[in-house]
Amino acid sequence: MSQLNLQQLHDTEFPVPADMQGNVAITSLSRIYNWSRRSSMWPLLFGLACCAIEMIATAASRYDLSRFGMEVMRASPRQSDLMIVSGTVTKKMLVPIVRLYNQMPEPKYVLAMGACASGGGPFKEGYNVVSGIDQYIPVDVYVPGCPPTPQALLNGLIALQKKIDGQLLTNLDDVPWYGVGPSDAVPIPVLGPDIIDPRQMELIRRQAELAAQGQPFGMRELPPAAITDVEKAKAKMKVKGSAAPAIAASGASEDVDAALAEMRNRKRQEALARKRAMMKQ
Amino acid sequence: MTEEMTLVPERADTLPIEGAIDYLKRKFPDAVKDDTRQGYSGIIVDPAHLVEVARTACDELGFNYLSSATAVDYLGIDDSMEMVYHAYRISGGGALVFKAQTDRNKPEIPSLIEVYPGADFQEREAYDLYGIHFPGHPNLKRILLWDGFDGHPMRKDWKEAYYEQETKPFDSRWPKGYVRRAEELNVFGKNVKYPADLDLAKLSDMSEEALYSGMGLGVDVSSFPAQADELQTDRLVVNLGPHHPSTHGVFRMVVTLEGETIVALEPVMGYLHRNHEKIGERNAWNHNMPFTDRLDYISSMSNNLGYALAVEKLLAMGARYQPPTYRAEVIRVLMVELTRIVNHYWAIGFLLNDLGAFFTPALYAIAEREKILDFFEATAGSRMMCNYMRFQGVAKDLPERIRSVASHVNDKVRDFNTMDYLTELINERIPRSVDELDRYLTDSEIIKERTIGVGYLSPDMAIAYSTSGPLLRASGVPYDVRRAEPYSIYPELDFDVCVRHNGDIYDRYLIRLDEMRESIRILKQILPRLEKTQGESVFAGNKAIYMPRVPIGEAYGRVENPKGELGYYLVSQGDPKGPQNPWRYHVRAPSFINLTPLGAMCRGQKVADVVAILGSIDIVLGETDR
Repeated sequence: MSQLNLQQLHDTEFPVPADMQGNVAITSLSRIYNWSRRSSMWPLLFGLACCAIEMIATAASRYDLSRFGMEVMRASPRQSDLMIVSGTVTKKMLVPIVRLYNQMPEPKYVLAMGACASGGGPFKEGYNVVSGIDQYIPVDVYVPGCPPTPQALLNGLIALQKKIDGQLLTNLDDVPWYGVGPSDAVPIPVLGPDIIDPRQMELIRRQAELAAQGQPFGMRELPPAAITDVEKAKAKMKVKGSAAPAIAASGASEDVDAALAEMRNRKRQEALARKRAMMKQ
Repeated sequence: MTEEMTLVPERADTLPIEGAIDYLKRKFPDAVKDDTRQGYSGIIVDPAHLVEVARTACDELGFNYLSSATAVDYLGIDDSMEMVYHAYRISGGGALVFKAQTDRNKPEIPSLIEVYPGADFQEREAYDLYGIHFPGHPNLKRILLWDGFDGHPMRKDWKEAYYEQETKPFDSRWPKGYVRRAEELNVFGKNVKYPADLDLAKLSDMSEEALYSGMGLGVDVSSFPAQADELQTDRLVVNLGPHHPSTHGVFRMVVTLEGETIVALEPVMGYLHRNHEKIGERNAWNHNMPFTDRLDYISSMSNNLGYALAVEKLLAMGARYQPPTYRAEVIRVLMVELTRIVNHYWAIGFLLNDLGAFFTPALYAIAEREKILDFFEATAGSRMMCNYMRFQGVAKDLPERIRSVASHVNDKVRDFNTMDYLTELINERIPRSVDELDRYLTDSEIIKERTIGVGYLSPDMAIAYSTSGPLLRASGVPYDVRRAEPYSIYPELDFDVCVRHNGDIYDRYLIRLDEMRESIRILKQILPRLEKTQGESVFAGNKAIYMPRVPIGEAYGRVENPKGELGYYLVSQGDPKGPQNPWRYHVRAPSFINLTPLGAMCRGQKVADVVAILGSIDIVLGETDR
């Protein structure tokens, strides 16, 4: 949208006299703010891993990011609006990333590109890998793929534009940066024996106290959801008497499988309902 | 000793490997013995005499090129730790494998940096990940992780935060598919694990302090004797990276400057250390194939080939191994050479970027790269992460037609006969674009001014620092694994090993053009072989089991990657009947080792040249940090 389309903006209840329609536009503040923000989204020139190569390919001539007003990659966080986290975030790299994020002026957006940035990806179990950048900084759009194709990245960027279109200046949850005073910076993680999120200091302290008393450290009891099914099934088998262990195992797992299938089905139904609601809109 | 010396033939440096081992055993009868374990080769050297033995191997026997040095932890097998060295002759031939064993509880092996300066980073890596100390190493500190990290993660008894089980497939995933997200099990909800004696009061970010000490920070300038006619300048420490547009990723250089001249440069890496080796040792053998894609993510096909070759070396020790079919080998070479062209396009485009021609040359290079990626996408299903090679073959044959898999609209645009597409690509399109790059760039006055004589690396240094690939060959050393230790069908192909003699950035740029032309020459010989083998099988053996049993032993497979020599050191100790996974999975990454002489190359240069020198080495961080 290189030129402001007046007709598109005239979507308010105030009528404009017919002879003035070419000269005067009445619109909402949100709309004009959103329009200017979404049409000049400058990403931070910032590549982490494999996904960065696809990001460069997206910016290059074949896929041509500049069609969306996003080709101006800025090497300085002070000049950029969008951080494309393109690749695996390691613990060592997380510290500079959070610092860069804090240095970006608001309004700012984050796009997690690829499986690693979204949730750890294939390297999730690695000791030096952060399982998803969203554990430390807020993310607006997730783009799946390993790596996402340039088309997928473009789709993610268009999704971000749509998200911006829907933001209302009156809703401070949408646009916290128009509230009173500066927003809080994300606390910068510390590289200790392992990475330490300052927001978790209290939790870590409590756990350390537990450890000092000789109690298990760092492990959590399983939440009661599906595991109880197994326990129930095991209990059931025990009541029945001395069944052979092999049969017991298969019996228990059938129960678990049924519970899982039911859960999956329920989730699928919920997702379908959400999708239908969206289609209606 | 003198009597024994008379037995030495006149040319010890041309002895075959067995002869060289005999020579060492005669010279050091107490220190050297054969490695007699099943499936192992080479010699075991007493650590006390390791430096002498290495010096003899290097100076007298001619094994002057240390390809790989890595550690293995044999916890539960013989409870020792071992350093494994692979040394080659720069004139070609097989490896002299020598090992030094040490106690697991107090691991200590003398540093070989005096004999082979290329051992520098590799010993630091072994110290970082295994905790082996190297007396004699001048700068022994962590290289991939940060100072203060808890433990040495590659040791077999070190468990990561999301640890579930020793080997894959995890019971929770298969056969039952009953799985919990690792975050749910961790009380912090994150991939973290703290030692039980964590003291938060003492916590301060120590990770940078060791780095800066000794870098000349805070030097009092007035203490230097200033020359009357010289400009008195401050000594300054500048950080380039990890977030810097010219570092090709998340690489970091700490540069000490005297005015604009570089006094010292210290590479800092590990910002993309994503634990390939630890994950690789939990994986089953064939699980690792897609992970190798993500090492040097610009040339995934060549990484696949290196790993396939290494595992095939292991498999060949077993009974049921079938070598890949001829068509599979032809397709492998086709893919690998196309990858080389892709990589060199990228390298040249971004070298120009680093020289200040912001993005225009890169756009030309990337546009050509896309054509090859279309072919990869049609064949392997993915543009970049191809995951295409298999042990004993490749995943599937070339498709009949090349179509876009991305969208239906493009289907009508992009629909070609594969052989026609390849023929046009190889005979016309790529040669034309290489000539185009040559025509626009080679004679450019600016490029010549910026690159000729800058970042000089002498041939002796290039060999001593274990550099490989275009960096080594641009310094006048014609060493190419495809010729030095041939693999696949390279012996029957007609091509030259490119070599340039000036060892500066300009020659490193020119040699990439040369290599692209040689690749085109190879590809032109591949086309008729593809036609001839049409319809033949691309996979030897039973396709239903991609993963045959791997016998116990060790193997080092290496290929000439676009960036240099990529090697995989694999140790199999698995249960011959149960589930199998690599005991040791080490990647000898060319990008990592080619960085060893970076500090030496940059000393005395201007700060603006650092970026160009780094660009001319052509690194990829996925491989540097692994």
